[in-house]
Amino acid sequence: MPGHHFKYTILFLLLVHVQVIVFNNVLLGNYLNPQVYVLFILILPVAVKGWLLLLLSFLLGLTIDAFSDSMAIHAASSVFMAFCRPGVIRFVAGRIPVDEPVIPSISQLGGFTIILYSIILIFLHHSLLFFLEIFRTDELMQTLSRILLNSGLTLVFVFLCFALLEGIFQDKRK
Amino acid sequence: MRNLFRFIYRHYFFFLFLLMETLALGLTASYQHYHQSYFINSSNAIMARVYSMADNFSSYLWLRQENRLLAEENTRLLNIGRENYLITDRDEFVEEDSLYRRRYTYMNSRVINNSVVRRNNYFTLNKGRSMGVEPDMGVITTRGVAGVIVNVSENFSVGMSLLHSDFQLSVMIKKDGNIGSLRWEGDNHRRAHMSYIPPHIELQRGDTIVTSGFSTIFPEGILIGTISDWEIRRGETFYTAAIDLAMDYNTLTEVYIVTNLLREEQRELEESVTPDI
Repeated sequence: MPGHHFKYTILFLLLVHVQVIVFNNVLLGNYLNPQVYVLFILILPVAVKGWLLLLLSFLLGLTIDAFSDSMAIHAASSVFMAFCRPGVIRFVAGRIPVDEPVIPSISQLGGFTIILYSIILIFLHHSLLFFLEIFRTDELMQTLSRILLNSGLTLVFVFLCFALLEGIFQDKRK
Repeated sequence: MRNLFRFIYRHYFFFLFLLMETLALGLTASYQHYHQSYFINSSNAIMARVYSMADNFSSYLWLRQENRLLAEENTRLLNIGRENYLITDRDEFVEEDSLYRRRYTYMNSRVINNSVVRRNNYFTLNKGRSMGVEPDMGVITTRGVAGVIVNVSENFSVGMSLLHSDFQLSVMIKKDGNIGSLRWEGDNHRRAHMSYIPPHIELQRGDTIVTSGFSTIFPEGILIGTISDWEIRRGETFYTAAIDLAMDYNTLTEVYIVTNLLREEQRELEESVTPDI
C-alpha cells in the first residue's frame, strides 16, 4: 500500500490543477462545467479507512472552493459523496472483503459496474453542488439541466481517466 | 457513558460525516453574503500564484482582440483631448478649479482568472491592497461592467462578476433615460435581462443600455449592451428586456478598477434618510 501514497498525492495535485485551470475556464457550452476532480474520490482503494476517505474528500473540496471562491459548497458535496461511497460500492459490486486491495477500476470491477458506480456518485455530488450554488428554488429548470448535463459530461471524462489510469494503479495488486 | 462512546465509535463514519457536512454547510451559509470576511478565497498567495502562472500562458490567446480594443480606446481618448480644439477665448478649464471636483479615478489591472460557466462567477485581478484596491470598488472595461471587488489580499483581489446571481445593476436606456435593473439569469453568458421598464415606453430593437449612475460604485454612461427582445412576464406589470451584452465575458483580460472618491459621503447621507426596514 505505501507505494500508492505517492501516486495518490500526485493525482490529487494534478486533478486540482486540471480542474481549476482547464475545466473551470474552458467554455464548452452555456451550462457546461464538468467537475472532473471527483475522480479522486472514486478511485481511492475500496478498503480505504472511513475517516481518511471523509478527510481527503473534505480537503479536496475545500481546495477547489478556495480556487473558485465558492464558500464551501464543493467541500459539502464532496463529503456527501464520500459518505455515500461505501454503500454504493456494496450496491454495485456486492460485499468486497476488507483485506483485498481492490481499487475501483475497469479490469477489477468491470466496465459496466464502474459506469454505474460513477454515475450514481457523480449525480449525488452534482445535485448537491448545483443546488447549493444557486441556493434558491426559482430557476429550478435551469439548475436541473445543469445537474443532468454536467453529470453526463463528468462521467465521460471520469470514464476516460479510469481507462487511462488502468495501468498505473493496477500493478500493486500482486 | 461507556456505551455511548462505544456507540459513537462503532458509527464514527456517520458522525464524522455529520460533523464535516455541518462545518461545510455552516461555512457556506454564514458567509453567503459577507464575502469580505471569508478566509478561504483565491486572493491568497498560493491560489493567486497558480492563476498568475496559468495566465502567463493563456494571455496570448486574446492578444489580437486586446490590441484592437486598445487602439479603439486610444482613438477615443485622442479625440477628446483639448489639443484638438482651437482656443477661441481665455475661458480655460483647469483641473484645480473649485467648480470641478474629481469624483472617479481609474487604475488598470490584469484579469488572471475568470469564469463564465458557473451560475455564480468570480474573477481574480493582479492588484491588491498595496495598490489601494478595496472591497466595493467597481471594475469596468472599455465595453461593459465587469463586476465589483469583494475580497482583497496584499497583491491580489477577487471580484464578483456581473455573471453572478447576487449581482444587480441599475441601468438606463440611453435615448430616453428610463431606469431599470439588470440581472444575469444564468442561461447565456452573452445575454442579461433588464427588468422594471414601464410598459408605456416604446422600445426598439438595438436601443443602447448604459449604467444609470445611481449606484455609488459605477460612473454614469458605461456601455452595457443593446436590447434584443422584450416581453411582459406572467404576473408582472413591467417589461423585461433581453439585453445582448456588448462585452464577451469569456475574453475578459484587461480591466479598469474605479474608485469613487465621494462614495462614503454619498452613502452616509443616503443612510441617514433611509428608514430602517
